[in-house]
Amino acid sequence: MQDNTVADKIPNPETRNSDKISIRNLNIWFGRVQALKNLNLLVQSNEILSVIGPASSGKTSFLRQINRLNELEVNCRVKGEILLDKKNIQELRCEILRKRVGMIFALPQVLPLSIYDNIAYGPRMHGITDKNYLDNIIEQSLTASFIWDEVKDRLNESALKLSGGQQQRLCISRTLAVKPEVILFDEPCSGLDPISTAKVEESMLKLKKDYTIVLVTNNVKQAARVGDRTAFFLMGELIEIDKTDKIFTAPGDKRTDDYIRGKFG
Amino acid sequence: MGGVKTTTKQKIAFSVLFLCTLIVVLPVLFVLWAILKGGAPAINWQFLSTMPREGMREGGIYPAIIGTIYLVSLSVLFSLPIGLFAAIYLNEYAKDNLLTRLIRLAIVNLSGVSSVVYGLFGLALFVNFLKFGVSILSGALTLAIMNLPVIIIASTEALASVPFSFREVSLSLGASRWQTVRYSVLPNAIPGILTGAILSLARAAGETAPILFTVAAFYLPKLPKSIFDQAMALPYHLYIISTQIPNIKTEVRYGTALVLIGIVFSMNIFAVVIRAKFRKKKKW
Repeated sequence: MQDNTVADKIPNPETRNSDKISIRNLNIWFGRVQALKNLNLLVQSNEILSVIGPASSGKTSFLRQINRLNELEVNCRVKGEILLDKKNIQELRCEILRKRVGMIFALPQVLPLSIYDNIAYGPRMHGITDKNYLDNIIEQSLTASFIWDEVKDRLNESALKLSGGQQQRLCISRTLAVKPEVILFDEPCSGLDPISTAKVEESMLKLKKDYTIVLVTNNVKQAARVGDRTAFFLMGELIEIDKTDKIFTAPGDKRTDDYIRGKFG
Repeated sequence: MGGVKTTTKQKIAFSVLFLCTLIVVLPVLFVLWAILKGGAPAINWQFLSTMPREGMREGGIYPAIIGTIYLVSLSVLFSLPIGLFAAIYLNEYAKDNLLTRLIRLAIVNLSGVSSVVYGLFGLALFVNFLKFGVSILSGALTLAIMNLPVIIIASTEALASVPFSFREVSLSLGASRWQTVRYSVLPNAIPGILTGAILSLARAAGETAPILFTVAAFYLPKLPKSIFDQAMALPYHLYIISTQIPNIKTEVRYGTALVLIGIVFSMNIFAVVIRAKFRKKKKW
């Protein structure tokens, strides 16, 4: 593990065992605009990789390519490859890939269903109908995202009645319920107050024991708080990736330093 | 920028806007009032539930009411599923390219085609070519074809009004596209789809031209027994007793019009109620 930092600067074409996701020469275009330029990056198992960068730096496009949500955009074109456990994600069926790689969106996207049905949605889509089994999954998922105690007595109420922070933790539970391996967080706290943010961050830190996490955030301090490693994107390019401490104390690139200090972005 | 001047301008603007609204509403109210006033005396149980007598000058309009109900319900059996599935395809699956844009444009244009054209089309296709004859089946199919564009447009709008994020969430949980449509999109689009369908049915109930050549009978002594029989229908019956039969009491005409308008109106109100009920539930 000692050579990680070096290896990440010059990505190793042979993925190592601890590499969950490896991204090779990834380019993404939306129409004529290139959102991501020749990205090479490794995400290790059970780490939180924070991705920071100003608007239109390509960080969200990068994230949404890992579970192929970009394909929903009509004019999106992709070159390069992403390997999940050494297997090209384009060779997986979307349903399988997205079951393994879950996503939490910027705003809490609860479905207009009960709390129970929101979380049962994923498992049900994968054919689980057994009530006891579902009950179990729901309790486990809600416990894992630290919201079980707050909602256990009102599982049949509409999820829309929950507060924003609770909704976002519900969304995390919902993603956990399909038992993913990787969770992508797309600016998960952008609409939340500081206390809710702290709770979401707390769950992320506990979740990394069992999951690999990629966190795209506009909040530099959040990256510093929860990221094991941090990547800095600018104008569709990866400028720098390193241990979070290193990025925040002695970044290798002046642009990283400027961004972290709030000089632009 | 005198304050008085601004207020005056505002008052003038409001008056003009209000006047235009009034011009829209007044004729409708007047028509309703006239028909209600002229037709109410004719309405009684006998009028609604017996066959016409004395060359349709006496008796009821029962067969016309039944015929219209048959036609409308049969036509929705054809048009709602087909229209809904076409809308799902166009909104959820079809790529946005020249072909699908042309199709969309064609659908919008079709909804504006005059209903007599649909009537002639139904005569050519269903009555003559497919040899269904002048029958309830031909009439219902013709009405269905006429309604399809309206149902497709209403359904497409209802589907498009479901937030895109619902689809993203569903897909991101590993649901297939069909599961996403079935469990995330459709349940939230149903109210809009139903409203559109009912409104189009109301229109079908009131149309004369499409049924003129395909199903409508001048007078039938018996109720239709199968979908291959001819039937009487309210709008056509109204047309006949208004133009073809001399010396008929005016309240029979007005009464028939009142029943027709009553059916159309109650369907519209039903649609409004459904919409309002679901709007209360909808919270995104």
